[in-house]
Order: sequence, then C-alpha cells, then structure tokens
Amino acid sequence: MLEVRLKKRLANFTLDAEFSMPTPGVVALFGRSGCGKSTLVNGIAGLLHPDLGRIELDGRVLLDTAAGIEVKPERRRIGYVFQDARLFPHLSVEANLRYAQRRAHATVFVRFDEVVGLLDLGPLLARRTHQLSGGERQRIAIGRALLSQPRLLLLDEPLASIDSARRDEVLPYLETLRDQLAIPMVYVSHQFDEVLRLATHLVVMEAGATVAHGEIGEMSLQAPLRSIIGPDAIGAVLDAQVLGIDSASGLQRIRVGHGELAVLAPRAQAGARMRVQILARDVIVATEEPQRLSVRNRLHGSVTRIVADDENADLISIEIGGATILARITSAATRDLGLRPGLAVWALVKSVSLRGRSLRSAVPISCGSPDA
Amino acid sequence: MAWLSPDESTALYLSLTVAGRSVLLNLPFAILIAWVLTRGRFVGRTVLDAIVHLPMVLPPVVVGFVLLLVFGTRGIIGAWLDRVFDIQLVFTRNGAALATAVMSLPLMVRTIRLSLENVDRGLEEAARTLGAGALDRFATITMPLILPGVLAGAITAFSAGLGEFGAVITFVSNIPGETRTLPLALYTALQSPGGNSEAIRLACISFGLGLAGLMVSEWFARRLRKRFGR
Repeated sequence: MLEVRLKKRLANFTLDAEFSMPTPGVVALFGRSGCGKSTLVNGIAGLLHPDLGRIELDGRVLLDTAAGIEVKPERRRIGYVFQDARLFPHLSVEANLRYAQRRAHATVFVRFDEVVGLLDLGPLLARRTHQLSGGERQRIAIGRALLSQPRLLLLDEPLASIDSARRDEVLPYLETLRDQLAIPMVYVSHQFDEVLRLATHLVVMEAGATVAHGEIGEMSLQAPLRSIIGPDAIGAVLDAQVLGIDSASGLQRIRVGHGELAVLAPRAQAGARMRVQILARDVIVATEEPQRLSVRNRLHGSVTRIVADDENADLISIEIGGATILARITSAATRDLGLRPGLAVWALVKSVSLRGRSLRSAVPISCGSPDA
Repeated sequence: MAWLSPDESTALYLSLTVAGRSVLLNLPFAILIAWVLTRGRFVGRTVLDAIVHLPMVLPPVVVGFVLLLVFGTRGIIGAWLDRVFDIQLVFTRNGAALATAVMSLPLMVRTIRLSLENVDRGLEEAARTLGAGALDRFATITMPLILPGVLAGAITAFSAGLGEFGAVITFVSNIPGETRTLPLALYTALQSPGGNSEAIRLACISFGLGLAGLMVSEWFARRLRKRFGR
C-alpha cells in the first residue's frame, strides 16, 4: 500500500492531497498543468517539506509530521524521474547509471545488465549526455532511477518534453517496467492517453487538491475527471482477454466481461491481456436485440447506474458480467427507452480503442477497430 | 634564463612561490565562503559579503597595516602562531603569501560564486533521490561542475598575486631573497640610478605572465560554459 496525505501552503496555492493505492500498481496523477502535480510528487520524494502530512509505503513510515518523523530524501529509496531528466552533464551515460548503482546499498532486485537490456541502453553507455535525444535522455533517467533499487518510482511527466513520435518510443518501455518489474509507480501526466495506457489507478487533481481517486475503470463516472477530459473522452477502460483470431474476418476476438468483441489488432497469443477503451459516445443502447445492423459488436448486460452528465445527456453504466461499460446518450433517449437500473439492455459498440499492449506481445498497439 | 640577473630570477621565483602559496591557502576558504554566500540563509550574510570584498576597495597599505596589527609578532594571532607553532609571518615569504591571499580572496570568491550560482540545483536534487548525502553531493556533483570555475578563479588570483605590491611591502617589507617579489624588485630598480633597463625587463616579465594567466583563465571559463551548456 502507498498512503499519502500532504498539506503545504505555498505562495500561489495550497497543496492538499490525500490518496492511497495498492502496490504494485501504477497510480496516475492527472490534472491540468499547474494544478500541483509536481509539487505533490516532490512532497512524496521528500524534496518539499510539508506543513502537515503522513506517507506510508508498504508498512514503512516515511513521513509523519504528528510523530515528528521525516525520512530524508536520500534515505527514502524512492526513485524520481524528472521531467527534464537531470542527467549529470559531467558524467558519461554509464557513469550516470553507476552513480545510482553505487549508492543503492539495499537488496538488489534489478541488476545493471537487466536495466540496460530492458531500456535498450547498451549503445548509449559510452556517450556523453549532451549527445542524446530527448527520448534517450528519459530512458537513461528511468534506468538511473531503477538502479537506485527504489521501492517506488516517481515519474513527473517524463514524456512532456519529448515530441510525440519519441513519446511512442518511450511508452512501451514504461509498460515493460510495470509488467516485468512490478515496481509501484506514481506517474504524473496531463495527457489522458498516456494515463490510459499505463495507470491502474487514477488521482485527479485540481488547484492543489486531490478531488477524486480510484481504479482507472471506474473513474469516468467521477465528475471532476469528466470536467477535465471533456465529454468526448469519457469511456470505460477494460482489461480484455485475447481469445484468438477469427478466421473468417481476420479480426482479433477478445473477451470483455462475459461478452465478446472483434477488433482489428496485431496478432497476440490467446489468453494475453489487452487494455481497451470503449468511449461512451461510441456505445448505442437498445432495449431489445437489434437485427440487421452494421454494428457487429454487441454486448448483452443490464443497466446499473444512470448519471446525468450535463443538461441533456446521461451516462448509462451497463454491467456485462464483471465488467462495466459506459454509454453516453441523450436524456430524451433515456426517458423514451424507459432505462432504469436493473433493466436488461443491448450495448452496440461502434469502436474499440486499444490502449497499451498485451502482456506477452512485444509489439506496441495503438489502433482502432473498424466500424464494421 | 641567461638574460636575467640572479637577483631578477630570484624575484621571479619568489613571486611565483608567493602567488602559488597564496592560491593554495585561499582555495578552501574561497570555496567555503562562496558556498555560504550562495547557499546560506542567515543574518549577517551581507556583512560577510562586504568584509570579504573589502580588500578590493581599501588601499592595499591599509590591508598590510591591519595584517601587521593582527599577525605581527605582538598581534593576537601572530603571537599565538609564534608561540605554539614557531611560525613567523612578518618579513617572511609566508607572510607575503598571506598578504597576497587576503588581497586576492575577493577575486576568487567572486569567480567561484558565479559558477556556484550557475549550478543547476535540480542536479543536486536528483543525486539526493539517488541516495547521495550532503558531502557526497558536494564532492561528486557540485565540485566537478564548478571545477573549471574554481580553476579559472585560481589562475586569475595567481596572476594577480604575482604583482601584489602595497599589502606585501607594508606587511613583510622589501627583503632581497625573502620578500622582494617582481613588483618590489621593479620598484627597487626604479629607485636606484641606472636601473631602467632592469625595470623594463621586469615589466616585460610581468606583462607576459599576466597575459598568459588571463588567457589560460579564459580558456577554463570557456570550458565551464561548455560544461553547463546542455
């Protein structure tokens, strides 16, 4: 468990943060630029001295202002990947990595060769830091943080200063860390697509305060998140299981809850997990099984919740055997169809986005399904 | 150095050792003071800043006189040094080095301070999260980053120290073979009849040494900029 509670009055805002998450996991701190995400991360690292607070990581108290405990940053064993990498300019790439390794006196869970292999740092080791691209710098910064053998990894918008092409080059490495090293991460971002790919939990921040937190799949129902990402980005985030390629259509069959979807996706081993997002605006609700429609992906389930999204639209939660998807429809439609919790409905899914790769496939995925 | 008389080469040698010793003596203090002035947040910082810079604005004779009062055989520190360590500063080359050190301290502090202010504190923070304690951070991050600045400062101070006149002659007098450095020898030559050609030679040496010092110092400063320029 990671439990964080921090209060700090600053010149232009007050940090008032509280969240917890199970470890290992990836919690994303999400919010608009300047809402205090970096300040919170600095507080967790110990670089910011809070007025009040408590931090506990896997049973170890790192901060407890009430009890007078404040572990120094150099003793917290928290790795920090800064937005601007902060590689030591007077050292080579390898010396940067060794710097961290030499100071990690605790149990080694990730070896030098392993880090170099995971992040493909081999060809860079002999270079000086000013000869590197933004993406390379961040990969080295991640490797350096890992070699300090941290119990928690903080990543403060590690992709913000990199152009979008390079971003896709670094993201898969972060997914590898999450899946192979099982190291808990706090990931700061204001890009919702990054959050969708990496996070298991989400903390939404606004004006210095944490306004909502929970598992990523449930978060679309939380108003603070909706107000930031806008109605078009609301949707269910689901972990689907790969069933296999449908030989007739060539599409990948995946299981979501007790339902099945066919999506256009690179080949993946049956049984692998795959993160998909189904946008609420791409889901059509029917109260009886529809016939003769172009939309092929249909899921049978029951309405669990109806939340008013704005004046004339509702968010309908539909449970499909252990998974919940969301549909955004007009309030008039809710009325006409007589939707109410418990009602059996058909959800027609116009489009499925793949967010992140499946565990066993090495190929990063980012493409949609056809509107077949 | 056939074209230098034995007296002249002694003066040159004395100038070099006095300047060298003054720099060695200065370095730890200059780094410490620059550090405190850049990073410290305490009452009296402005006062310390002013005191360190005083030799720049005071007449060198005043500095020499104050040194005489404090480090002279009857001075508080001078008497103690004599009694406990059997060290005499007045009329010795070590005394000349001390006077030179005091005079060039502001120069060194300024250069080191400038490079300290240029150090990205974020790098020290990064080292901190990697497990480096305060001394470790200073030795492995801060010091290597300011090293070219420190060297540039040391070389400028050394070059300036070769020519320190007022404070030296006041504190340790003008003793041939002991405290008669280049500028003092030059001054003596000008005072004696027919010493013009000697004075010109000594002036040329000073000129060359100064030029070389400034050039080497500038070279280090350029390296410094390159090191920070990411």
